[in-house]
Amino acid sequence: MTLEAFADTIVPGEKRSPDDRAVAGASPGGGAVAAGAIELLETPATGVSTVLDDYARMLNEHARTHATEHGLGLDETVPPFVALPFEDRTAVVRKLTGQDQEDRELWVLLALFSNMAFDTAAHMHTADAMAAGHPGLVTMGFMKADDDGLWRFPDFSYGRRLADPHPDTTPTGSPA
Amino acid sequence: MSSTESTDVLIVGSGFGGAIAAYHLAAGGAKVTVLERGPWLEADDFDHDFLLGSSYTRIFDFVVGDGMSLLGGNCVGGGSVVYFAAMPRAPRFAFERKGSIGRRMWPSAITRDSLDPWYDRVVEALPITQQDWNDVTYSGGLFAAACDHAGRTANPVPAAIDRAKCTNCNWMMAGCRFDAKRSLLLNYLPAALAHGAEIRPLHEVQHLSRTDDGGYRVHYNVIDDTDYRVHVGNGTIDAKIVILAAGAGATPVILQRSEATLGAMPHAVGRYFSGNGERLNTAVVNEDRARELLGLKRGDGQAFRANQIGKGPVVASWDNLDGDLPEHSRFSLEQLYFPPGFGTILAQVPDATGPSWFGVEKKELVRQWQSWLTVFTMVEDDNEGVFGPPPATGNAARISQQMLGRGTIRYRPSANTLRGWAESDAVVKDILERDGLARVMPWTNDVVGAYTVHPLASCRIGDDPQTSALDDRQELRNHPGIFVTDGSAVPAALTVNPALTISALAERAIPGIVKTLQERGVKVTYGAPSPDGSTSGRRGVRSQLRDLVRE
Ligand SMILES: Cc1cc2nc3c(=O)[nH]c(=O)nc-3n(C[C@H](O)[C@H](O)[C@H](O)COP(=O)(O)OP(=O)(O)OC[C@H]3O[C@@H](n4cnc5c(N)ncnc54)[C@H](O)[C@@H]3O)c2cc1C
Ligand code: SF4
Repeated sequence: MTLEAFADTIVPGEKRSPDDRAVAGASPGGGAVAAGAIELLETPATGVSTVLDDYARMLNEHARTHATEHGLGLDETVPPFVALPFEDRTAVVRKLTGQDQEDRELWVLLALFSNMAFDTAAHMHTADAMAAGHPGLVTMGFMKADDDGLWRFPDFSYGRRLADPHPDTTPTGSPA
Repeated sequence: MSSTESTDVLIVGSGFGGAIAAYHLAAGGAKVTVLERGPWLEADDFDHDFLLGSSYTRIFDFVVGDGMSLLGGNCVGGGSVVYFAAMPRAPRFAFERKGSIGRRMWPSAITRDSLDPWYDRVVEALPITQQDWNDVTYSGGLFAAACDHAGRTANPVPAAIDRAKCTNCNWMMAGCRFDAKRSLLLNYLPAALAHGAEIRPLHEVQHLSRTDDGGYRVHYNVIDDTDYRVHVGNGTIDAKIVILAAGAGATPVILQRSEATLGAMPHAVGRYFSGNGERLNTAVVNEDRARELLGLKRGDGQAFRANQIGKGPVVASWDNLDGDLPEHSRFSLEQLYFPPGFGTILAQVPDATGPSWFGVEKKELVRQWQSWLTVFTMVEDDNEGVFGPPPATGNAARISQQMLGRGTIRYRPSANTLRGWAESDAVVKDILERDGLARVMPWTNDVVGAYTVHPLASCRIGDDPQTSALDDRQELRNHPGIFVTDGSAVPAALTVNPALTISALAERAIPGIVKTLQERGVKVTYGAPSPDGSTSGRRGVRSQLRDLVRE
């Protein structure tokens, strides 16, 4: 739940149900969580799947510190990071990925995988993700492959000269 | 494996520097063994798939350093398999640069004129062809039209692409499924194999030691074919000479690790790294303005919305490549495509009120992804990169099974580099925001530092032993019989894509390597034709051969 809330801070989405706590509902359409961020993080290939519990624990510690510093009360029925409003989750993530944070690389990595889940569906074959209407690829308007699963764009060019070439271009087309 | 295995020439890495040497030396009669840390894939193995473990993570290497991330190839064919195949020559002034050392960085023997015949050899071999406006993709066309609207010129870029086979799929970084991209898998490498060279994939060289006869022993690990963090064996091979071509992110690391056995390395090993001054800007194009201002129309009535369609960079703007401008104020601009993931994560929201690279506003930016136009800048950086002590193995501590690792490079852009980036950002903004065509923002350097797909100069050539690791024949100073033929030999940022220059230098280094092999008793000659048998490139370099084999 904690890592869902983190991923949702990176690419926010709409709540999956009215009582969804992890997803803050800050943006219309599916976000990183619906896109499969947790499935991706749990993939052994990422190299982070074995340390997810540590991530969640540290994130909650940072959330608690943030709450104390800003005098925020935390709903104790959910993990501290989940209890934070979206703006405060964002503030925590900004701090953790910011220049002054010593272990920022760890947090950047977690952010990168959250992003990749949305932008590339890296835990799925892209063909399956497209067929399933993956929220990230749909949001981006990723175009479809041919029937054999390969992309080809026979129409790709305006087909006309659109600028003058540099006067010093050599006969082989390079800068002089 | 027995330690008595031996060869004449041991080549580390099978990218441009490795493949070119492998072909010429094998064709000349030497016994050539190439060790390549990555797997060996061919057209049918290249997937159109973002799933981790597909070809794009198997053949790609992404090393995060301190202030600089390096992107490159990790497979037989090296960077040529993942690259975008834009192949211009470096402008004349690039060879005259002084950088911060106060003297010409390139060896006096090398100028654009003296390198041109070597460029010609590579152009013939791959081959590289000029593109015309019918080859220019929608995004290249849009960039050209925007340049024109801003009173600038724009050129279709010469490319190593077979236009008849290219489907404009933009899966360049996953390897070309259609054999349209003329990677080294289609020219130098098969020709090297035909002449008896041996290529061993998944063999990662760790360090070198000396043999009693003045040659070298090369120590390698065998890498698991799925989880690159795992080593499944190791061994050694003895060679009369060694050619390092592991790329500018890896060659200096092998040498650093070899210091314990070979003795002190030249000061410049692992220093003076250049990221080729790279910088990216992403614009979101206003479709209506593209139609009204630039008169752009696709057949289906749309003006653009074609970010996904194409073949990497096809159009460049060279107005700022003016040798009369001061160093660090000269740069080229190139339209470019990076796939989702690499191409989206660092892009920033113009005028963000919250975080610029993640969050609500970023998602809205991503919603307009098909209207993105990415512009690539190559400025003259200041050779700021320095490698720290080598990691346990390879050139990075691997994090993921494939692709992602943590390297030792440290890069702090100097005021000069920052100025170059600022000046080029301003030009990009002027071109693309003029009359409301688009909104543009540079990629953030706050997340993984600066980044480069063009690592250079970490083991560079030069005339001055203090600031160069190699002499002008690309032999490592004080370690005879070790040559470096990859991007680490290029002394400094080039202001254009570097692979053609790296390759021309590798071609130029061969006669000197042949001479050294002959001196070490190997029966080998120089003078192979182009991989396909063409001979005009060979004729062009004849007049330089005598100087290159001097004592
Ligand atoms: C996405 C992308 C797009 C690019 N587009 C262009 C472009 O359009 N135009 C252009 O000019 N350039 C482009 N480049 C850059 C170009 O690919 C490189 O400049 C070029 O490949 C460098 O050649 P090289 O010989 O130095 O090393 P590489 O081609 O990188 O080859 C080095 C090889 O050594 C192997 N290796 C590393 N360490 C070891 C070890 N310890 N043991 C054994 N093997 C090892 C690597 O796996 C690799 O195969 C691009 C690069 C990338 C990443
Ligand atoms: S765009 Fe063309 S050259 Fe590039 S991978 Fe696709 S088919 Fe090959």
